Amino acid sequence: MASRCTRAPALARLATRGPTAATRLGRVQPLPRSHARCLSTTRSGWLHQTAPRQAAQVKFSSETYPELKRDSRYSQLRQEHVAYFKGVLGSESAIIDGVTNDNAADDIEPFNADWMRKYRGHCKLVLKPGSTAEVSSILSYCNKHGLAVVPQGGNTGLVGGSVPVFDEIVINMSRMSQIIEFDQVSGTLVAEAGCILEVADQFLASKGYIFPLDLGAKGSCQIGGNLSTNAGGLRLLRYGSLHGTVLGIEAVLPDGTVVDDLGKLRKNNTGYDLKQLFIGAEGTLGIITKVSIQCPQRPKAQNVAFFGIESYEKAQQAFREAKGHLSEILSAFELMDGGSQELVRSVTKNKKPLEGDYPFYCLVETSGSNAEHDSEKLSAFLEDVMEKGIVADGTLAENETQIKALWAWREGITESLGHLGGTYKYDVSIPLAEMYQLVEDTRARVDAAGLLGETDEHPVRAVVGYGHMGDSNLHLNISTRRFDKRVEQCLEPFVYEWIQERQGSISAEHGLGLQKKKYIHYSRSETMVQLMRSVKSSFDPVSGHQLSLLHRYPYTSCAEVMITGIH
Amino acid sequence: MSALRILVPVKRVIDYAVKPRVNKAQTGVETAGVKHSMNPFDELSVEESVRIREKKSAPGGVEDITVISAGPTKAQDILRTAMAMGADRAIHVEVKEGEDLEPLSVAKLLKVAAEQHKSNLVILGKQSIDDDANQTGQMLAGLLGWPQATQASKVEFGENDSVSVTREVDGGSETLRAKLPMVITTDLRLNEPRYASLPNIMKAKKKPMEKKTLADFGITAERRLKVVKVTEPPVRQGGGKVEDVDGLVSKLKELGAI
Ligand SMILES: Cc1cc2nc3c(=O)[nH]c(=O)nc-3n(C[C@H](O)[C@H](O)[C@H](O)COP(=O)(O)OP(=O)(O)OC[C@H]3O[C@@H](n4cnc5c(N)ncnc54)[C@H](O)[C@@H]3O)c2cc1C
Repeated sequence: MASRCTRAPALARLATRGPTAATRLGRVQPLPRSHARCLSTTRSGWLHQTAPRQAAQVKFSSETYPELKRDSRYSQLRQEHVAYFKGVLGSESAIIDGVTNDNAADDIEPFNADWMRKYRGHCKLVLKPGSTAEVSSILSYCNKHGLAVVPQGGNTGLVGGSVPVFDEIVINMSRMSQIIEFDQVSGTLVAEAGCILEVADQFLASKGYIFPLDLGAKGSCQIGGNLSTNAGGLRLLRYGSLHGTVLGIEAVLPDGTVVDDLGKLRKNNTGYDLKQLFIGAEGTLGIITKVSIQCPQRPKAQNVAFFGIESYEKAQQAFREAKGHLSEILSAFELMDGGSQELVRSVTKNKKPLEGDYPFYCLVETSGSNAEHDSEKLSAFLEDVMEKGIVADGTLAENETQIKALWAWREGITESLGHLGGTYKYDVSIPLAEMYQLVEDTRARVDAAGLLGETDEHPVRAVVGYGHMGDSNLHLNISTRRFDKRVEQCLEPFVYEWIQERQGSISAEHGLGLQKKKYIHYSRSETMVQLMRSVKSSFDPVSGHQLSLLHRYPYTSCAEVMITGIH
Repeated sequence: MSALRILVPVKRVIDYAVKPRVNKAQTGVETAGVKHSMNPFDELSVEESVRIREKKSAPGGVEDITVISAGPTKAQDILRTAMAMGADRAIHVEVKEGEDLEPLSVAKLLKVAAEQHKSNLVILGKQSIDDDANQTGQMLAGLLGWPQATQASKVEFGENDSVSVTREVDGGSETLRAKLPMVITTDLRLNEPRYASLPNIMKAKKKPMEKKTLADFGITAERRLKVVKVTEPPVRQGGGKVEDVDGLVSKLKELGAI
């Protein structure tokens, strides 16, 4: 359960606006229009009012995708296997056993279904190792006995990679959550892979540092999961990708070998930088157990401006001006279209920050060390974009609570969509000039197919776009009333072909997972895929009757996938 | 009915989303390098004043909204914010950093300001979140000899200068009626402050801000109270986590609970 229950920090923030709900206790709580510090008011229970996500309602991936077949060469889980794992893990709470215990089904469900409620497996055994040695014992045993596994972090991944398809064993990393050490001078943090991103960041905040990655799922996702998906997030613009900030990794290979590359220094040019391969490998090469990462100084001053903009053209101009005026203090530039904001409003019932409605909104954040210096730059920028008519209206957060509330209009999109029904998500990278065109073309196509409409007979509620404009990264989201094969057929491979024509990437930051695995060739040449295959086989050798252990069904049993994917 | 001339006192305090820390000398809260913003109750006062004008809820209309702050130079930032929200003008009374005024001195200052500006309504926050004194509005009403309605959750205007104020009390609400001039203090449920729009932020830069000193009001920063000591609340003992049922049972035994 733990991996799924803390998923609404951004919305909780959204439920509060202005100074009406802050608390001095650090986190903003979902209080009803009240000032926590001066009044003892009960929480509104916003989170409890929304129906809990019922994993049981999610359709099995094996039914949604009947072309996926369990590879019969993998062993079936038996009592003796479970007994071995119990011996390794010792403690009862480290294992959820649905093999020998029929009553465990409910406890296992949260590990079987993904965050979007789109993918669901038939797993009967969840293992929660507490140490690298335990991970090693588990993998080496699975390797010998032909048992398939799926590594799982916070299970917030958006491409169906974090849950099983058939009966793979879930290796959940939540018990390896310790912060191991922190160097005050260099800013190097070493932690176990199961450490929750927000926990790591709060620890760093107490030391005056910041985690170089931030994203909407921070309250649930784990740093091991972040590395495995090479998550980009909200401040990539400022702090760069994990390929630059991660200094070292400890991982366990599929045969149980422990790879100790947990360097703590920035420079090490002795041969291939192999740890980079684990970043973005989505668990196909091994299980990451420890991470060492370079953390920057936490900015002392932060400002957030929120704009209403008349056209995508002008949003691009605003981005150019932002870079020009704000240069080194610019830390995020996010784009949201009017549709996405309307959906957030309809879920949260909050009043929008701006009076009028606009087709586009941008959120601009600055982070610096000197509030006066930053404010001066920001004022000049704001005056400029207003005077030139680039921005139609806007606001500037006057305090911390407003900063959080404005961010929630961006961070809360994914979650709000989740409350409305199923979402088809495409996380793509396209040259900036054409980025939003994809949303318009997709909307027109879905509409022409008669799938889009306001009434219930139309499966699609809205086609919206938002994303990390500063990184040319768009999230195309098709919000549906229910998952419907016709919608998927209308979208795929249309979206992928559209992106291929523009040399874009079909997965900018979420990875391939189950969703996009078979589409890899839209963004990678055959030569590249071949090279990936050979890397995979060096880390996870498949010889004779032995099977590839990690990355499981999407990667091993679908015939089409065998030809095109990273085997 | 007379046109309203509203005076809104505002205070610069540590941002309410920031966790305050006691300084090393244990004489107060650490303020250096900490984000400051407008006292949230004062935001409600500004918002309410602007709404009274926008919604035309007072039969005589609103002639003027003046915001006033006694504090360091940086207090001008929150005065600009108040003007961006819709106040017409601001008065900044320079008080050196660290020379904070006590509620009585502030009340005396506001009395003079209200008289000078011919105010007939003063809307204050019920308290500021830095010292939580909850005294200034009451003292001001006393000094002016005006009726007061504290902790307002709703303000309505009637004929003949009458004002009805609803306040939340234990287990219900209470409605008071008085005649202008009067003093109102705000509580959380009164309204939801707006975001200042960029065009209004720009306009606010050109609105008038008078700069004054305590002497202009015939006030000295006299202190009657001495802060003896400020301490952090006792650290809450975190609950322990047990791994499983066996762990729970042995922990309970250890504590002598079973
Ligand atoms: C509200 C929301 C907002 C998001 N915003 C962003 C965003 O802005 N940018 C972005 O890039 N992504 C975003 N994501 C998706 C993002 O990929 C995940 O949130 C996060 O990076 C995954 O971490 P996790 O611990 O939940 O991993 P999981 O979802 O559990 O796993 C993801 C993948 O990594 C593998 N894996 C997990 N842990 C390990 C490990 N220790 N070793 C080896 N493999 C492992 C899994 O097998 C799986 O393939 C968002 C998701 C949500 C729900």
